[in-house]
Amino acid sequence: MTGKTLYDKLWDAHVVRADADGTTLLYIDRHLVHEVTSPQAFEGLRLAGRTPWRSDSVLAVPDHNVPTTERSAGVTGIADPISRIQVETLDANCAAFGITEFKMNDLRQGIVHVIGPEQGATLPGMTVVCGDSHTSTHGAFGALAFGIGTSEVEHVLATQCLIQKKAKNFLVRVDGQLRPGVTAKDIVLAIIGKIGTAGGTGYTLEFAGEAIRSLSMEGRMSICNMAIEAGARAGLVGVDETTVEYVRGRTYAPRDALWDKAVAAWRDLHSDADAVFDKTLLLNAADLVPQVTWGTSPEMVVGVDANVPDPAAEADQVKANGMRRALEYMDLQPGMPISAINVDKVFIGSCTNSRIEDLRAAAAAIRGGTVAANVKQALVVPGSGLVKQQAEAEGLDAIFKAAGFEWREPGCSMCLAMNADRLQPGDRCASTSNRNFEGRQGQGGRTHLVSAAMAAAAAIAGQFVDVRKF
Amino acid sequence: MEKFEKLIAIVVPLDRPNVDTDAIIPKQFLKSIRRSGFGPNLFDEWRYLDHGEPDQDNSGRPLNPDFALNQARYRGARILLGRENFGCGSSREHAVWALEDYGFRVVIAPSFADIFFNNCFKNGVLPIVLDATQIDALFKAVEAAPGYRLTVDLQAQVVTTLTGVQMPFDVVAFRKHCLLEGLDDIGLTLQRADAIRAYEQRRRSEAPWLFTG
Ligand code: SF4
Repeated sequence: MTGKTLYDKLWDAHVVRADADGTTLLYIDRHLVHEVTSPQAFEGLRLAGRTPWRSDSVLAVPDHNVPTTERSAGVTGIADPISRIQVETLDANCAAFGITEFKMNDLRQGIVHVIGPEQGATLPGMTVVCGDSHTSTHGAFGALAFGIGTSEVEHVLATQCLIQKKAKNFLVRVDGQLRPGVTAKDIVLAIIGKIGTAGGTGYTLEFAGEAIRSLSMEGRMSICNMAIEAGARAGLVGVDETTVEYVRGRTYAPRDALWDKAVAAWRDLHSDADAVFDKTLLLNAADLVPQVTWGTSPEMVVGVDANVPDPAAEADQVKANGMRRALEYMDLQPGMPISAINVDKVFIGSCTNSRIEDLRAAAAAIRGGTVAANVKQALVVPGSGLVKQQAEAEGLDAIFKAAGFEWREPGCSMCLAMNADRLQPGDRCASTSNRNFEGRQGQGGRTHLVSAAMAAAAAIAGQFVDVRKF
Repeated sequence: MEKFEKLIAIVVPLDRPNVDTDAIIPKQFLKSIRRSGFGPNLFDEWRYLDHGEPDQDNSGRPLNPDFALNQARYRGARILLGRENFGCGSSREHAVWALEDYGFRVVIAPSFADIFFNNCFKNGVLPIVLDATQIDALFKAVEAAPGYRLTVDLQAQVVTTLTGVQMPFDVVAFRKHCLLEGLDDIGLTLQRADAIRAYEQRRRSEAPWLFTG
């Protein structure tokens, strides 16, 4: 018998029952909830007279709609009435159904994919779901984590299970070591550039190899976060010492004898040496340079030292037309150097890059400079209240503020512009988030995805610069 | 959920790859806590020339005449023809609610993003995968003939053109059953409550740390 992949192991451990055609009832250990994709699910429960199967498995937090400016007035102080209703609805639903919620002004509040790991609510070996596509983030812990729709949120609330079919196994092995100035974000952008935004559809991606092993948990989370941008619902990294050390002592992590027992079980959470993958991609980290997206899909990405590509050179006509439309939207010319693109705004935040390590990297890239005159706004939005507190203890907020950045309260913010933080039509933004779709950061806004250090450097230079030479 | 009956309907083409759920229903409409009423804002940024906000009267807004949904020849369309990776991006089920609310019951594309694909089935919308050559031919045929219709027979798992060309498609048996019968799958799963409890009991002894809240 051949060995199992990590995905096989996680899947098998959660099968409640499986039909002959592979339709499987899969058990869910952890259910994370936020205010945007849950109201209709709670309403559905109520209408059907149902209650949550295991409310202790649910952890809720408002993040998408919350203001990131001063918010001492609390929920009633949210200026946009529709946003306020959504946050109030979450508060009311959690109270009614006995669900733990970190409310807007709780120190532990933050982006759902930052707080799950931070609290130890995400543990190795779990199945983790959330009505949010970037739930793939939690796969960094050797947990099977994926985003679901609102009907599925209701299904998990009511039954603790989901009806699923197993995906295929895709191994992405990144050998070698990253060069200085090149980060986890650049690895994942380069992967998406290679396999495309649908390259992982129908697969679970496992990220392995020396370069991945060498990453911190923050870096691994940035990579798994964007597995969905490669079309894969879930990304995975096997458990090692780095994982165990990160989880140790966190609020929801097991303690004492239970901890030892858990860690012993987690040691098996990696693909067996003889496991067979349906597909494999090999990369060498040493070949990678900092990445910048130029278009309106994360696969439209090149190295910072490259030029904007030319649709005329693309043989596939559907693709070439997509490129033309993207260039028009982005207002860029084929062949122009990436380093000649000026930016109007800079956003450092989101569930991809708002953890303490990202903020340290961004602060380091500032090197005593100040935000360039042509940059109208530069925002730093920590991923959680605890990240913010930690950054302040390290003096990072002072570095950002002295350089001319705004230092905000935690939330999704300009990643998707559901609150007041958004691009104006035509604004060009260097952003550490994960999506550069048309209008993602505000209607008519133009997004370039980059690492935290690259975004900070762009703020100082007023244009994209190679952070390795900056 | 409404049962999926055999459908004969006008097809509207959306000729771009990677149509994401942000484009299908822009984020400002996600603030609704209801499940209906998203149809007028389907493809809002492409469909209208101005910026849309929730709870706004959409009837007087300037329409983008270049956008297929606004063209008279596609009025009443219930089948959407798309390109690769349709429905990528955010998990928002609002995208399917908007399609369904507008009147779409079928989306045909060469490939779909997984979460969107799942969400369709939960709302009585049938996503159909055909191969790229068939899709190309359909785009040409739709373009050439105003009022172009297709017949979608879920029971027989086949799409048929008016000239009788048949294009079979795959669908998971369980999902097909639920769509045809209009079944609520929570109710179905709760029929397995004993199996879920048995699983929990076993896991509780194997991995007790998963049950400590
Ligand atoms: S930070 Fe952005 S991508 Fe992440 S959960 Fe919030 S809106 Fe979604």
